[in-house]
Amino acid sequence: MRVGMRLVLSALGVAVAGVLIGFYVSDLTKLNGSPAYSVPFSRAASGPVVNLEFETVAAVGPTLSANPDFVSYLIHTKDGWKRETVWDLPANATVHVTWFNFDGASGLRNPFLARPQGVDGNKVVIDGKSMSAIDPNDASHTFAVPQLGIIVAAPGVADNAKNQCDYADAPGGGCAMTTAHRTIQFTFHTTTPGHYRWQCFVPCAAGWIDGFGGPMQTIGYMDGFLNVEA
Amino acid sequence: MASEPTASQAPRDSTNHGLRVIVAWLVLSAIATPLVAIFVGPLIPPGNASVQGQGQVFDNQVMTSMITPVLCLLAVFFGYGLVKFHARRSEAVLDGPPIRGDSQIQLLWVVITSTMVLFLAGFGTYELLKDGAGGGQGPNPIASPSGHNPFQVQVIGQQWEFTYRYPSLGGLESDQLYLPAGTDIELHVTSLDVIHSFWAVQLGVKADANPGVDNVAYVETKSPTTFDVRCAELCGLWHPYMFNTGHVVTQSQFNAWAAQQKKLYAAIAPYMNKPSQDGGAPFAHSYLPSPGGGSPQVRAG
Amino acid sequence: MTEIAVTPPAPLWRRLIGFNLLTGIVLGVGGWYVGWFGAHAVVGPSLDYFGDIDYNELSIYLAYLGGVVGFLVGLGFLNYPLARLRGYPPSLREKETQGLGRYFSLCTDHKVVGIQYLWGIGLFFFIGGLNAMLIRTEQLTPHNQVFPVGTYLTLVGMHGTMMMGMMTSGILGPFANYLIPIMIGARRMAFPRIEALTFWILMSAGAILTTTIFFGGFPTGWTGYAPLSNQANAGMDCYVLFFALVGISMTLLGLNMIATILTMRAPGLTWTRLPIFVWGVLSTAVLMVLAAPVLIAALSMEAFDRTMQTHFFVQAAGGSAYLYENLFWIFGHPEVYILALPGFAIVLELLPVFSRKPLWGYRLAVAGLLGVSLLSWFVWQHHLFVSGINGDLRPFYMLSTELISIPTGFTFLCGMMTIWRGNIRFTVPMLFCLAWFFNFLLGGLSGVFLSDTPSDITTHGSFFSMAHFHYTIMGGLVFTFFAAIYYWVPKMTGWELNERLGKIHFWTMFIFFNSTFAPLFAIGFLGQPRRTPVYPSNLQFLNDWVSVSAFLLGISMLVFLFNLVWSLAFKKQPAEMNPWASRSIEFQLPSPVPVHNFDRIPVFSSDPYGYGEGPPPVLVPAGAPAGSD
Repeated sequence: MRVGMRLVLSALGVAVAGVLIGFYVSDLTKLNGSPAYSVPFSRAASGPVVNLEFETVAAVGPTLSANPDFVSYLIHTKDGWKRETVWDLPANATVHVTWFNFDGASGLRNPFLARPQGVDGNKVVIDGKSMSAIDPNDASHTFAVPQLGIIVAAPGVADNAKNQCDYADAPGGGCAMTTAHRTIQFTFHTTTPGHYRWQCFVPCAAGWIDGFGGPMQTIGYMDGFLNVEA
Repeated sequence: MASEPTASQAPRDSTNHGLRVIVAWLVLSAIATPLVAIFVGPLIPPGNASVQGQGQVFDNQVMTSMITPVLCLLAVFFGYGLVKFHARRSEAVLDGPPIRGDSQIQLLWVVITSTMVLFLAGFGTYELLKDGAGGGQGPNPIASPSGHNPFQVQVIGQQWEFTYRYPSLGGLESDQLYLPAGTDIELHVTSLDVIHSFWAVQLGVKADANPGVDNVAYVETKSPTTFDVRCAELCGLWHPYMFNTGHVVTQSQFNAWAAQQKKLYAAIAPYMNKPSQDGGAPFAHSYLPSPGGGSPQVRAG
Repeated sequence: MTEIAVTPPAPLWRRLIGFNLLTGIVLGVGGWYVGWFGAHAVVGPSLDYFGDIDYNELSIYLAYLGGVVGFLVGLGFLNYPLARLRGYPPSLREKETQGLGRYFSLCTDHKVVGIQYLWGIGLFFFIGGLNAMLIRTEQLTPHNQVFPVGTYLTLVGMHGTMMMGMMTSGILGPFANYLIPIMIGARRMAFPRIEALTFWILMSAGAILTTTIFFGGFPTGWTGYAPLSNQANAGMDCYVLFFALVGISMTLLGLNMIATILTMRAPGLTWTRLPIFVWGVLSTAVLMVLAAPVLIAALSMEAFDRTMQTHFFVQAAGGSAYLYENLFWIFGHPEVYILALPGFAIVLELLPVFSRKPLWGYRLAVAGLLGVSLLSWFVWQHHLFVSGINGDLRPFYMLSTELISIPTGFTFLCGMMTIWRGNIRFTVPMLFCLAWFFNFLLGGLSGVFLSDTPSDITTHGSFFSMAHFHYTIMGGLVFTFFAAIYYWVPKMTGWELNERLGKIHFWTMFIFFNSTFAPLFAIGFLGQPRRTPVYPSNLQFLNDWVSVSAFLLGISMLVFLFNLVWSLAFKKQPAEMNPWASRSIEFQLPSPVPVHNFDRIPVFSSDPYGYGEGPPPVLVPAGAPAGSD
């Protein structure tokens, strides 16, 4: 083979390798992530105030995921319910959370997690009633931010409840409000800016060992981040 | 047996290179070893926050001092040898002397290395059995600090946070690790799902959290301090975030903290004797070992 | 004298039909689909049969296994067994003189297999190295900035798995395959087709591992601990398949080496005249044959747990997580000696050549190699010191682990005394061998700390243990891998490698390797666990130093690549027969070595270390004439 030909082939080889490496790296930075959603907030005298609305559904359905049977959190945006679990929040803000749970109970292994912590008054309002703990056997999911000390467990929809939500495919996304659900409300505060992870602590990934596989280990379903920005 | 250098051999030289190396090595070791033992050794972590940690530091000090002469030997040997026996360009492919071995040197080497190794093994065993050295020893520990009633804390690893149960405080559970200063602590490390590892860095404690296993580790705290707690066994997505800060506090501060935690935990108290999850053991006893349900068998001595 | 008419070669399209790589790939893809849809049909449309919702793990396994089988059939591995079943006479040669194409097909020439291995392992080594660069990019900041957490864990796992799986055959694959028959005076390996099979299985395994990112990666790191591996996504199956196939390849490779060395030595080659490299290969091969099946067993159990609802490793259902840990490390510890022993052998083989002295203490060196091989079976619980094993066991394993440093020390003594009073030439291979002493010394001494249980309590699972094994495996094996390349590639290809570029590669690699891994000892002691992109912020300076050094280390590898391509494809300086003035038999043969190795099988009358004892050897054409095997 002549020198010129060898040069061309070598250059081609380098180019192909470079392109493959480029695709590999850019794919990896996207894999298993979730787009970030900037939660809108208003300003009050005491600082920013956020109204955060999210829901947990038993099965996310084919329109929202390639894994329709995965359990998931969905957040209420102005475009409807979306499966995004990375939320941008302002620092030093008061965050009022309304959480609709459409899923049944799996039960906690640690009763410790059944008592709300890191939230105003260490109390949570469930279907209108203020409580300082729920029955650990009744727990369906938790919203927990360990780095901020926030743990809130939500009770589940009763097993024999009528009109339960199968897939989160109501118009506008998510489960329809007419289906069986529990309403959980609490308030917490953000302080220093940072990147805080949140997760569910209830072993709710049915079918996986210990209930912690699949959606429980995938950002975009039962895990996410709070990006607290100044 | 070539006794005369052949035409293809480099000219023989009769300086006693070996003696020079040995003398240089002895001098260098005599200088370096005490320097290392005194200045470097104590700097090696984990530090003196616990008795076990102190034991580990001493252990590391001894080992560092023992390997210093080894490092010196190789440094002197190669420093001297590579310079002295460097082939001159004109003689590059001339053969050296055909020395195939020396049974005295071989014997000396075997004896010295074996002695060092056996000493280290014996010394390490002594340090280990003295007080457990802060490591997890399984459900039947054989090495514990002398005698008295240790303060039990159950460390529960789960995906992805450590929580801590205090049997002697009514089974109260918390995500904060507070330990009283100057006390023998008996840690019972277990897991609810996959394998984690409880690593209290500055205390020098590490014990794997294996599901269904009660892994006992002993630590004797000294003065008040804070320490890092990290998970040291890959346990899934949030393993890198599975860390918090532990506190060693005075007895009165500990009592104040315990009282505050009990008040908060009272909200859960009505549920503690209910069966967990479809008729399982009550929450108060739902994992091994049952908090407040007796201490594990500790063998004497 | 009649003239033989030269038939024109068949047109390209005709040559592509037949049993070759292209057919292999086609049948491989076909086999993949057969496995995939076959599993779906067996299970039926209801995927709820399996615990993992929305995943059909069985179809992944059967698809990949079908693909591998199809690939091997397409390459032609079934042809000979089927021909023999039908009564055809035995034949030992296939595609041995065909030109460049023989490197991409089933070729029974052991030299071709050696070169195939060199390029194949080199490719996966660089992929693993790329993953390492990405890992260090993430470690530049104490927060998780670059890659999503799950992806980072996959990268760490892929780096470790790729390197461990590929480099186990890193010396035996390329160099033992090429050199063992030559060094023992044979024309082939005992089982030439199995030799080729081990290469192609390894390549399919590597391809399978790279596809794990399409299935979501795996979160367990290279050790694959259960029960986390039971919980993991479908990407875990790629890991299981990769390592199981690597295990099969290792077992067969070791088997072939043992059979060849035991039965095919030429006349006069007694055990005390064997080159030390052959002894090293033999002690490694024994470990491979005995350890790899344990891995295959452990991974099969894992596969059953993931697909068929068995519960070998699930404590809540009566299994035990300890079972996996122990099985894995019973394989895992001999595995790291499989990695280290060939390094010892190469250092001892090359030092006499470049010191112009016989190997000092031949019998002690052999005792050292065999001693390490034997003792490596008795130490595995030192990976489990803090995991809650019975406290009584720990002093025993501390002792056995400390003891293994004694035979390791024999290699040091023999190497050091070989260069003593020698006439040392600092060629590129010699530089890599000398660096081995420095690196393995630091690696071995840090191993002393890790074997001491009280000290191990802080360093287990931290960057200290990472620095230890990188010093021993990368500083030990990979440096000698490059020594072997610079030493033997001129013989294997017939072209010289540029010496100045080689020296630049050596010095940059040595300096940046140490700069990268030495601070990790401190980082580990200071409390940073392995496999985490989030660490205490006071460790950021050290981590940044390590990352920058790692990038520069990566660049030194590019220098090597450039040297390789430049010397072999462009400069093409023909190599002399014996550029190193070695007395070893492979350097008395032309470069590259001809297909049949020897014109006549040689008769050995001494070992290859007779420097200073007489004139250099001449290949005496006595013994069996050419043409016999």
